[in-house]
Formats: sequence, structure tokens, C-alpha cells
Amino acid sequence: MRPDKRRTSDLADEAKGEEGGLVFHPMDQFLVKPLFGDGPVGMFTITNVTLWMALTVLCIIALLVLGTRSRAIIPSRTQSVAELAYGFIFKMVEDVAGKEAIKFFPLVMTLFLFIVFANFLGLLPMSFTTTSHIAVTAVMAMGVFLLVTLVGFWKHGLGFLGIFWISSAPLILRPILALIEVISYFVRPLSHSIRLAGNMMAGHAVIKVFAAFAAVLAISPFAIVAITAIYALEVLVSFIQAYVFAILTCVYLKDAVSDPHH
Amino acid sequence: MATENTGEVVADAPGMPQLDFSTFPNQIFWLVVTLIVIYFVLSRIALPRIGSVLAERSGTITNDIAAAEDLKQKAVEAEEAYNKALADARSEAAKIVASTKAEIQTEVDAAIQEADAEIAARAAEGEKAIAAIRDSAKADAATVAKDIAKDIVAAVAPGKIDAKSITAAVTAKMKG
Repeated sequence: MRPDKRRTSDLADEAKGEEGGLVFHPMDQFLVKPLFGDGPVGMFTITNVTLWMALTVLCIIALLVLGTRSRAIIPSRTQSVAELAYGFIFKMVEDVAGKEAIKFFPLVMTLFLFIVFANFLGLLPMSFTTTSHIAVTAVMAMGVFLLVTLVGFWKHGLGFLGIFWISSAPLILRPILALIEVISYFVRPLSHSIRLAGNMMAGHAVIKVFAAFAAVLAISPFAIVAITAIYALEVLVSFIQAYVFAILTCVYLKDAVSDPHH
Repeated sequence: MATENTGEVVADAPGMPQLDFSTFPNQIFWLVVTLIVIYFVLSRIALPRIGSVLAERSGTITNDIAAAEDLKQKAVEAEEAYNKALADARSEAAKIVASTKAEIQTEVDAAIQEADAEIAARAAEGEKAIAAIRDSAKADAATVAKDIAKDIVAAVAPGKIDAKSITAAVTAKMKG
């Protein structure tokens, strides 16, 4: 694995112009590179991942901490946005996961804000989209999955297994349904993480493909219009995927905190 | 060149950087650090602050609405008191008007009575005086008539008819 060497050679090729040929490197934007110098990417290396995650943290602090520092009864614009985000997620947790899940509100808020800011920062040209990596989304999804499982067993003991036993179904169907429920329960972290990473990766890759087409004179107007359209779609997707991740987290938390015998 | 490049890519790195497992520890480490930082910033500073601001605002709004309700109630009460005072003043004024009217009426009545009595007394006095004057005039007329009759009789037929019968005749004539 020598991604940096590859990148250098690609750049060299692009510089040569390839005689009007198409240069497709739609996945280059997802490369994890050390920020300072070359070398292997170790666990604690400061990489572009570090940079863009740090920017995400700074944006969140700017909006939610600096934006609300006046604690005004009549809010400023930034404070309004922060309050809007607070109200939006608080109501989501309360409505979807129930009143018992309010103690997980900071957690859901953390996930939502991290994803939404990472997604939007990823839309900046030349940026790096941390949420397009399956490693990142899988850790969050597994975290939610383990949390839900542990809280479920801690709150209900073995009674938590009741979520697999649909008591409202006819008795003969219950074992089959239980099997389906168990499978779907364990597929949750997979779908939860791949949905987000896949959406982000696909959109960014498509934009890059059209950007490559923009170099060809005959189709460049079409390509530029297509980039604009897909960019607009990606803005929408960036928010919707963060929303979907948060609301699914709430749905899973509901299983853990509410009565499993429904 | 292009084919060589593509071949190099396939040989060098997987098609998707997402599946480059060598970068996973790095990403996971920084993600965990990021999430912990965000979680602590949110749960220690941002969320309690926003929550308290929202609670304070809803409290302020509730208080203001209650105060407005209170003031409205007070305004209604004040209006009622005003109307009551107005009605009281009106009835008081009406009472005063009525009593004053009655007082004046009695005074007027008394004055009229007094005047009536005086007028009656004066009329009676006048009548009396007129009656006295008339009586004296009658008596004077009778005396004059008798004297004249005596003189005429004495001139026409002296010594034949006495004074007494002449007086009786005159009196009888004057009565008839």
C-alpha cells in the first residue's frame, strides 16, 4: 500500500495532459494521507482524517458554544440555529425513543452533529469527507448497536430477548418471526453504517466523474450542469443521511429502554 | 500510458480507499477522540446552556402572560369601580335634586299661603270700608232726601203735612 506514490504518479500523468484523454481518479479524494510529510499511516499519525475531524469539532464548538455564549432570551442568529438543532434532536429522541431515552440525548446529538458537519465540510471542494469511510461509520454504528444491546440487557435482563418474540403474532409463526427478527437485529449495524458511507462516497465519486468529463470540450457544459445538480442533491443527502442516522439510533434505543413485550 | 497507469493503480492500492485496512486504526483512533471531545463539549457546556436558555425563555414567556392576565383583570376591576362610582354619583345627584325641589316647593307653598291670607285679609278690610262708606252714603242720601222732601212739601203746602209722615213716606220709597 503506497497511496502517496500512486498519487504522485497520477499527478504527473495529469500534468502531461494525456492528449485530451479522460483522467478518472474519482476515488483519490478518499485517500487517507499523513498531513505532514510522507510515510506510513500509523494509528496516531496526524492525517487528513485528523484535520477534517478537528474542523468538525471546531464548527460544532463555534455553533453550539460560541454561538450561545450570550445566553440571550432573545437569541442571535447563531444562537437560534443552535437552539433549533437542540430542539430538533431533543424532540426526535423524545418522540421516537420515548421519555426514558432522554438520558441518551447528548449521545444522539453528538452523532447527529458530527455527521451533519462532517458531511457538509466534505462538500467543500478539495476537502476530505470523513463520513464516507466505512471505518468511521462502522465504529459509530457498532457503538450504537453495542449500547442498545447492553442497555437492553441491563434494563430488562433476559426479558430483553422478548423483542424477538412477537407475542401478537399467531403462535405457529412466532419461531419463524423470531429467526427473522434475530437476523434483522444483527444486520442493523451493517445497514446503519453502509447507508451513510455509501451515500457519501457515491455522491462524491459521481461529482468527480463528471468533473473529469468537464475536461472534454464537447460535453463540458453538460458536465458542469450535472456537477451543479448533483452538488445540490448532495447538500440534501448530507442532511438527510445525518437525520436518518440519528433517527435510526433513536429507533434502536427505543428497543433498549421501552418494554420489550409489545 | 493510460493502461500502464490503470495497471499500476490495481497493483498498488485497492480500488476503494475505504477498504484499505491499513488506515483503519488511524481513522478509528481519531474518530473516537473526536466523538469523545464533541460529547464532553456538548454534555458539559453546550446542551445544559441551551437547555437553561430555553427553560428561562419559556419561564419568562409564562410569567409575562400571567402578568398580562393580572393587569387585564385589574383593568376590568378598575372599570367596574369607575362605573359604580359614576352610578353612585348619579343617584346621589338625583337625590339631592329631588330633596332640593321638595324644599323649594314647601317654601313656595308657605309663601303662597301667606300671601293668600294677606290678600284675603286686605280684601276683607276693603270690603268693610266700602260697606261703611256705602252705609254712610245711604244714610246721607236718606237724610238729604227727607230734608229736600220736607222743604218741597213746606213750599207746596205749608203746615198741612207733618214731618213724621214725610220721613216715613221717603223711607218707604227708598226701600222700594
